[in-house]
Amino acid sequence: MKDLPREEYLLPGHAACAGCGPSIALRHTLKALGRRTILVIPACCTSIIQGPFPVSAVKVPIFNMVFAAAASTASGIAAGLKAQGIEDVTVVAWAGDGGTADIGIQALSGAAERGDNILYICYDNEAYMNTGIQRSGATPYGAWTTTTPTGKLEHKKNLPMIMAAHGIPYVATASPAYPLDLYAKVKKAMKIKGTRYIHIHAPCPTGWRYPSSKTVEVGRRAVQTGMWVLFEIENGKFKLSRPSAPLVEKSRRRPVEEYVRMQGRFRDLTDEDIAVLQAWVDEVWENYKKLYST
Amino acid sequence: MVQVAVKGETRFLTGNYAAAYAAKAARVQVVAAYPITPQTTIVEKISEFVEHGELDAQYIRVESEHSAMAACIGASAAGARAFTATSSHGLAYMHECLWWAAGARLPIVMAVVNRALGPGWNIWTDYCDTMAQRDIGWIQMYCADNQEVFNSIIQAYKLCEDPSIQLPCMVDEEAFILSHTSMPVRMPPQEEIDEYLPPRKPQWKLDVEDPVTFGALLSPAWYMDFRFMIQEAMERVKELFPKVEEDYCRRFGFEPKGLIETYRCEDAELMFIAMGTLAYEARLAVDALREQGIKIGVARVRMFRPFPKELLRELVSDARLLAVLDRQISFGLEGALATEVKSTLYAMEERPLVAGFVLGLGGRDVTYHQIEEIGRKAHEWMLKGKVERETTWIGLRGEKE
Repeated sequence: MKDLPREEYLLPGHAACAGCGPSIALRHTLKALGRRTILVIPACCTSIIQGPFPVSAVKVPIFNMVFAAAASTASGIAAGLKAQGIEDVTVVAWAGDGGTADIGIQALSGAAERGDNILYICYDNEAYMNTGIQRSGATPYGAWTTTTPTGKLEHKKNLPMIMAAHGIPYVATASPAYPLDLYAKVKKAMKIKGTRYIHIHAPCPTGWRYPSSKTVEVGRRAVQTGMWVLFEIENGKFKLSRPSAPLVEKSRRRPVEEYVRMQGRFRDLTDEDIAVLQAWVDEVWENYKKLYST
Repeated sequence: MVQVAVKGETRFLTGNYAAAYAAKAARVQVVAAYPITPQTTIVEKISEFVEHGELDAQYIRVESEHSAMAACIGASAAGARAFTATSSHGLAYMHECLWWAAGARLPIVMAVVNRALGPGWNIWTDYCDTMAQRDIGWIQMYCADNQEVFNSIIQAYKLCEDPSIQLPCMVDEEAFILSHTSMPVRMPPQEEIDEYLPPRKPQWKLDVEDPVTFGALLSPAWYMDFRFMIQEAMERVKELFPKVEEDYCRRFGFEPKGLIETYRCEDAELMFIAMGTLAYEARLAVDALREQGIKIGVARVRMFRPFPKELLRELVSDARLLAVLDRQISFGLEGALATEVKSTLYAMEERPLVAGFVLGLGGRDVTYHQIEEIGRKAHEWMLKGKVERETTWIGLRGEKE
């Protein structure tokens, strides 16, 4: 951690909740991106975190944009810069899971298919947190939200693999609980041309109902139980990242129950529900195992 | 051979090709486009220009109109000159992005081919698509021929990029009547257009050397003032556009048409108020009615937003009745042009009567005979001093012409 740049681009005084996972992720992401960066931010928690007009807690240019258009706006900025001969600026779409997995997926898919020169980062706090904890396509099975008061009935949409299916040069997953891994992945993505996608699992104490001091712990437990998997797909080649690599062996994974029991949003899960989640995790891992071994 | 007094190349172009050639002549730097009938030939032609190296632009073949407008917004915010074109459902799909473009004060120019909305599917013309976008901070110009399509797009960039305006503009042409009908279009020499319309100098842009957060949360303590600034810029458009147009016309040898173009209105006691090609169709009716001794003219509202209310009041001050032709209906009220006209007249101490006529929806044919008939009915009401029906639908099935 001592090796990370000391310069801060997310400044003190931002408006995030205490213990906000996305803001930790944004801090490290911006350290990696540096000064020559333009952010596009659709409606999401970061719309608030950055601070209200006329102040801003972010030290790079930001273009706030409508919910469904993070990717297409970033494509337009990249094209606009290129038309003016500027090609050394990283254009980054920074969007939540609702803005990515749900309302923004069309624009994202279009940009990826065209290979537009943008870095799209989804910070995934697994629900519409900014509007007050409503379920999204990225909400896991069983989770309480205000629109799934008895728990969500469907499993989480696997966005990173959907993006990988577009054949883009770089897809990675990350977590603010593993900041060096996150930093390295953003750095790598910056060096690649074309559409790059990073999906950050970003614990949210407010929506997940855990104490705000436990964000890193919850993030780590997600990885340790295999609920979240850290990997990279570079030019089609799948590679598990160091924290997740050993977990290919099921015996090395902690039971999902350990992760679930840390969070109030899973409070009403029965043993059967947890078994459903565990079975889903095991199945997801079977797929990753196949990719890993090829 | 006859010596041509004016410079440039004249080609036989459809309205859509006129729009495409205008975008090229304006040296747009980013085009983001999605196909929709009957707009498609605009963006097809531009893609040819780009691929043949005739236009140096980034061309983003987006997956939707929502993304087309978003990409134009991004490109324009980055400092580039952006262009797109759409129609009907495509325009409706852009709606929230249209707000964003205006609120962000980005001088994007868009050609809109006016087409009806479904259901049922209808690819023919009416103004319901653009009229539904009249309240969002976009300048709206409605064309009546293909030369005007070409001229308006270039003039629109000049207008919109002016530091005192900084608003987007839609240049509207009617589906098929203009979009797919060929007419002679004279295109001034490129180097002279370049002098008229130099490269864009943005007032602000996304710049890593000067990081600014744009579009952040705007509280009630701020929001309203930003909206007032848009309104003020709109008011300035009415002052600036005639100058922008006169400059263009003086350089290139065209006749300025102004915010409202009139035909035989000087001594008119009865006037048609119309837009687009309907106004030109109405000229034939005016000629016929004049022969019958009716003092009638036609005023074509060319700019609908901002609405040139001061000029309209001036033009109709001696008229006794205005017959407003609307190729649009605002369900539950009347045609939008009729509403604007009535609202404009209210400030006059003595004002003409107004009769609204809804016609030509979804491409329903409108003949000058029908307009002549409207003129006779309106004349009858004028003599009686009473409009017997506030809004009359013309040419419904089962009615005799």
